[in-house]
Amino acid sequence: MNGGHDLGGMHGLGPINPEPEQQEPVFHHEWERRVFALTLASGSLRQWNLDQSRHSRERQHPADYLRNSYYENWYQGLLKLLFEKGLISQSEQDSGKAVPMETHLTDNVLAASKVTDAMLKGGPVNMDIEPPPLFKRGDTVRVRNINPEGHTRLPRYARGRQGVVDIHHGAHVFPDSNAQGIREGQHLYGVQFTSSELWGSEARNDFQVCIDLWEPYLQEV
Amino acid sequence: MSNHDHQTEPPSEVELKVKALESLLVEKGLVDPAALDELIDRYENRVGPRNGAQVVARAWVDPKFKAWLNEDATAAIASLGFTGRQGEHMKVVENTPHIHNLVVCTLCSCYPWPVLGLPPVWYKSAPYRARAVMDPRTVLEEFGTKLGADVEIKVWDSTSEMRYLVLPEQPPRTEGWSAEELEPLVTRNSMIGVEKALTPDNT
Repeated sequence: MNGGHDLGGMHGLGPINPEPEQQEPVFHHEWERRVFALTLASGSLRQWNLDQSRHSRERQHPADYLRNSYYENWYQGLLKLLFEKGLISQSEQDSGKAVPMETHLTDNVLAASKVTDAMLKGGPVNMDIEPPPLFKRGDTVRVRNINPEGHTRLPRYARGRQGVVDIHHGAHVFPDSNAQGIREGQHLYGVQFTSSELWGSEARNDFQVCIDLWEPYLQEV
Repeated sequence: MSNHDHQTEPPSEVELKVKALESLLVEKGLVDPAALDELIDRYENRVGPRNGAQVVARAWVDPKFKAWLNEDATAAIASLGFTGRQGEHMKVVENTPHIHNLVVCTLCSCYPWPVLGLPPVWYKSAPYRARAVMDPRTVLEEFGTKLGADVEIKVWDSTSEMRYLVLPEQPPRTEGWSAEELEPLVTRNSMIGVEKALTPDNT
């Protein structure tokens, strides 16, 4: 989706103002800690996947996405998923009173004793698929000019641009389908673009941008 | 527009809403409050950029380990015990006198948690995500990093589950140092690529 999250190349956002590395805390407020942990713990209920989680944060008015702080966007995304999956209701949110529900999900609840193992294990997304890769290192490819309304990991600034395949990463879960609950593998490539291809020949200094792109995003030149 | 102020001064309304949501989920038995504390403690106190510093310092002193990192970064990094969430598929990109690597995620905040912990605010901020792929040289200057005109910048936009760790150049005047002596020179920012590693004079 062409949302407020797709920021590559946007102007007018001001300076970066990084906090000095030695002074920056991991969290700036207690509520950020809670949103972070609630998001991870709720994810272990397995009612949505990582791409659906990303998509839930993207599905906001672009002005809201940009105005919110990072963990406010996480909160908004989590709330949306909880409502959509029926895990909490609007009236519970309004009243603050939980309505007991029969659920098999309690089996999935992440126990404190399982946190370390679950985090060390993670969730690999590589897959074995039948079709061989269409492209190999050194091939010139053009990024398709597509504008899906759903979740995609194809940034707008790369669409229609020509690049060179730098690496084939194997097949990974395809986010565009995964966000719709369909887990399918597609070949993934690191594709290199020149700054002049992306931004025009007036770019101040030449540089390269490497973007990971799935095969359905690419076409032969 | 600078959203930096919003990052540090959120309305207290958010605080209340988050508290209410946590109570609901705990009351419904969907989350275990002890697990929340454990998750926070893990990523606030136990998993952070000192892990990545171990990887880098080892690569500087051990050519075989460095070759393994280039070949299969996920396995090489796992050999030090750093695995899992948001680091399932690792790639290490090496700085040289002629190539400088910089990592960004323009679409969200993808970042290699097992080796760097959770990302800093600036990495997740709109200005960094917008500009790193369009004007990296100026971005680096904002971090005080000036590169020669003969140095090519390679920006890595983390659009997939591949996670990138920059292997900075070993600082001058550290030949013969041990991995333990080198580790403090490896900053978080040098492993994202916005700065170089510290030199013996500026630690």
